[in-house]
Amino acid sequence: MSKWPPIVQIAQKVQAGELSAAALVAQALQAIDDKKDFNAVLATVHDRARERAKTIDARVAKGEKAGRLAGVPFIAKDNFLTFGSETTAASNILKGFEAPYQATAIEKLEAEGAICVAKANLDAFAHGTSTENSDFMVTRNPHDSTRVPGGSSGGSAAAVILELAPFALGTDTGGSIRQPASFCGAVGLKPTYGLVSRSGVVAMASSTDVIGPLARTVEDAALVLDVMAGKDELDSTTIDRDPTPYTDLKTDIKGQKIGLVKEYLGEGLDPDVKKQVLDSADAFKKAGAEVVEVSLPSLPLALACYYILVPAEVSSNLSRYDGQRYGFSHPGAVSLEDSYNLSRSHGFGKEAKRRIMIGTYVLSSGYYDAYYRKAQQLRTKLIQEFEAAFKKVDFLAGPVAPTTAFKIGENINDPLAMYLQDIYSVAVNLVGIPAVSIPAGMVKSMPVGLQLMAPQKHDRKLLAIARETEELLK
Amino acid sequence: MSDEEIEQFRQEISAILGYVDQLQNVDVSGLEPTNQVSGLKNVMRPDNEKSYGYTPQQLLQGAPAKENGHIKVKRMLG
Repeated sequence: MSKWPPIVQIAQKVQAGELSAAALVAQALQAIDDKKDFNAVLATVHDRARERAKTIDARVAKGEKAGRLAGVPFIAKDNFLTFGSETTAASNILKGFEAPYQATAIEKLEAEGAICVAKANLDAFAHGTSTENSDFMVTRNPHDSTRVPGGSSGGSAAAVILELAPFALGTDTGGSIRQPASFCGAVGLKPTYGLVSRSGVVAMASSTDVIGPLARTVEDAALVLDVMAGKDELDSTTIDRDPTPYTDLKTDIKGQKIGLVKEYLGEGLDPDVKKQVLDSADAFKKAGAEVVEVSLPSLPLALACYYILVPAEVSSNLSRYDGQRYGFSHPGAVSLEDSYNLSRSHGFGKEAKRRIMIGTYVLSSGYYDAYYRKAQQLRTKLIQEFEAAFKKVDFLAGPVAPTTAFKIGENINDPLAMYLQDIYSVAVNLVGIPAVSIPAGMVKSMPVGLQLMAPQKHDRKLLAIARETEELLK
Repeated sequence: MSDEEIEQFRQEISAILGYVDQLQNVDVSGLEPTNQVSGLKNVMRPDNEKSYGYTPQQLLQGAPAKENGHIKVKRMLG
């Protein structure tokens, strides 16, 4: 089966003329075809990928620099606008939509020679924790095809573990990179809010949406982040990046203080998963780190806070799908209002409708103060508690999800049970800090992820400790 | 939406709102609401024309109905 070397090596070999971009693209497309029963991919970008590979190989032949990711194939979650295929966000309302421009993150990767070969499946509009909310297909977990890959970046996580490409792109609004990474055994990085431009990525909740890489190793993820990070004039919520490369991962775990989050290790956490997390803590101690317990008392309320703020923002962001400028437009409409109603009721899936209704409700007059404003105030409390915690420790650690990958169909009829999958991941998005899921062993043959968290803008330090931890947990 | 769909949604949304109702008992007095976590304020750029290399035709390619470079919509009144 295809096996990809570390990304930095792939690019070096392409630049040295030892590997051709064309062969790499062919390898990726073959792997995608071989593993199509897992439903990780919604569409391939074969024509454009082959064209780009030709261009890159030609540049190398002329002795020109082809980029830090020269010839490296990747798969983008289908909520990234890309040329060469449809962009659907796995929703019927965007079936057939061809993006007129590309996401900044995609442009930056292409400028360094990377080649998008396919679009990965997701929960429609990134609403979900299993990828079962896709309007088109259900992705299967590479370790057990009767189980979900997690969500919403389930296709991206599965693609990396199935070795369809060396890395994939995902988005994380409440855990959607970390949880599927945990369920599939990949490395999933959620950077600091604002570090990577969201221009050209289908918006879900604008104050929590973040873009990040999924890969097999921390080093690969760090390189992809280094290429994508930076202020973008097309996204006014982007922040200045660390001038030091994110690939500079020198660190020493000795003397670092790691806080195990008390509220993430209580009731509701599968005992076998808990054991894996605590065993990792032992590994930290053996390596010379100080491990303490830290309490953030408002954490049990974070999920409720999230499911008020995020649907509110979703209801706003999804109002643009009105059947007039792009996307599905119902042919039976007679008046403009008809067109809005018919296009949206036929185009949106159930989860999108639920979130639009909840969001509209909590923002409506009479309820705004009781729900939305209160949630925003609680958000401030969470930010303060994380700040206080990071005064005591350098990093926080805990599980990513309460269990390993559940069975396909297990939670599909219980939206609230599906929401509860994100119970340990949403707080990170509300406060805007970086977090990463790294593989931490198996429970009953299914992967478990360890979650590491750092203060805002400490992405490089987080990656450094994650890389060391990755070594320790091997 | 059909009556069955409405009933299904009603049950599901009631359960979700029941869960988020936990916030009713929380004391958040004295706390300012947080709107965003980037710490940025009033990000501006000069009000100058800039070309990104796309024509209006390219950007309108996805519109279901067009006329003379405009997006055509159904009538609004009557």
